Amino acid sequence: MALGRLPAVTGTIRGAAHLAGAYEHPLRTIPDRTTPQIHAEVAVGALADAGLTMGDVDAYFCAGDAPGFGPLSMAEYLGLDRLAYVDSTEIGGSSYVAHVGHAAAAIAAGKCHVALITLAGKPRTGGSGPGGSGRVGDAPEFSFEVPFGTSVLTNYALAATRHMHEFGTTSAQLAEIKVAASTHAQHNPNAFLRDVVTVEEVLESPMVCDPLHRLDSCVITDGGGALVVVSPEVARTLDRHCPVVLGHGEAPKHTGNGRIDLTHTGAVWSGPRAFEEAGVTPADVDYASIYDSFTITVLQTIEDLGFCAKGDGGRFVADGGLQAPHGRLPFNTDGGGLCNNHPTNRGGITKVIEAVRQLRGEAHPAVQVPDCDIALAHGTGGSLGTRHGSATLILGREA
Amino acid sequence: MSDASDTAGQLPVPEPWVHADAKPFWDATAEGRLCLPRCNGCGTVIWYPRGFCPVCASFDIEWFDAPGTGEVYSFSIPRRGQGAYRDAAPYVVAYVELDLPDGLGGDGPGPRIMTNLVDCDPWSVSVGDRVRAVFHPTERGVALVRFRPA
Ligand SMILES: [Zn+2]
Repeated sequence: MALGRLPAVTGTIRGAAHLAGAYEHPLRTIPDRTTPQIHAEVAVGALADAGLTMGDVDAYFCAGDAPGFGPLSMAEYLGLDRLAYVDSTEIGGSSYVAHVGHAAAAIAAGKCHVALITLAGKPRTGGSGPGGSGRVGDAPEFSFEVPFGTSVLTNYALAATRHMHEFGTTSAQLAEIKVAASTHAQHNPNAFLRDVVTVEEVLESPMVCDPLHRLDSCVITDGGGALVVVSPEVARTLDRHCPVVLGHGEAPKHTGNGRIDLTHTGAVWSGPRAFEEAGVTPADVDYASIYDSFTITVLQTIEDLGFCAKGDGGRFVADGGLQAPHGRLPFNTDGGGLCNNHPTNRGGITKVIEAVRQLRGEAHPAVQVPDCDIALAHGTGGSLGTRHGSATLILGREA
Repeated sequence: MSDASDTAGQLPVPEPWVHADAKPFWDATAEGRLCLPRCNGCGTVIWYPRGFCPVCASFDIEWFDAPGTGEVYSFSIPRRGQGAYRDAAPYVVAYVELDLPDGLGGDGPGPRIMTNLVDCDPWSVSVGDRVRAVFHPTERGVALVRFRPA
């Protein structure tokens, strides 16, 4: 039978959970720690930020960067011995944004009170390889893509070419996104790249895969991050500002039986779900963390989330449109994946971390958005050119 | 039908993994044919080749020969290759939207398939260019389907 049109889902996570702890590893090259050690380091950091300890954790979330048997290996390594809930959803760099939504749903359902989310890896200094998504070779699509010399880079560039073709988007417009990120990164002492760059410098950087330049691409860094999501009951006991989860949406996008449209991302589906649950609109968003594996990722996502019309992204990002604190949409005030950090090629967790800093008023004063009440964090994991996970999270200040 | 090419040109020809449910596709490449699956349940032309219809969930699949022509939907030009492509750059990665035989395509576009464009200056390629298939044999006797200017 076909179910037809179902009534709207009425359950909601709006207000059901809070971000109590957020921690970004300060280093970008970590030769003297193992990947599990970095998971442990960021877990301790996020729990300390919340005023909690490992013994308080009753739910654990990790993704493909976690070594071995994922949550089982890591629960043992970390000494988590009272877990009532685990989730190893693996949708690339968007995983950790989705994890926050999943943790909030689990908390809303009464499954747990203190959820720990960790990410760690070291593509610069060894350990597990970039990506970490496991057994790519046995994927049924593998032989119809990889033998042609495809890569993450070639596939994002495919999306850029098509967007340029349909909407007249230019390399100079894409460069504006990098310029804004670099303008923010100069204030972040931990950022991998702290030099402010100009549009001309982006355009003069080597072409790595036409039409994308080296400076259209994110950094490759060792590192990690962790988040602690708690129930309202726990949040009330903590001596820490705990921003509230207002809404979450997620969606995978794939090639759709070979009829892929390269001009949009999965944010066209995850975004409206998150906004509806949160009861806010794009115009209400004071600050946005937008996944920035490449500049084209940001441009398409901004359109898909409804900050401007499809095809207008190039004009939206021009003239400092993304620059904090007073641009049209202050974005990635830590410098983002383009300049600050893209730990183990997965940027979702740093997107949430900077959104929490903004809502707490703890971003760098030069880029702190005044009266930041509503923040959005968006993750894009995988490839715009083939398949990717898309996760949108909306958070509120609510002290 | 498109030409079967004796040479791989400049590009490497890595072996694909031939999964059983896509074997008719790979067997046809050895004969210089672009053979696609089509669902007997709903008529959809399926891509990538597999023994299952992602539109109506049918396992009832037939195979037919496509003309091997199409147009460039998008492309990119890596300046550095990896693995087997280490010394191959620059080369063209592309999506080609396939033409389908009359009566088999329905109203929608044909599938957009990942490929390489060969026998052309990479920087002369444009979206919308007309192209036709060429077949680059692997050592194990199947072939990668690439495209050249029509
Ligand atoms: Zn069917």
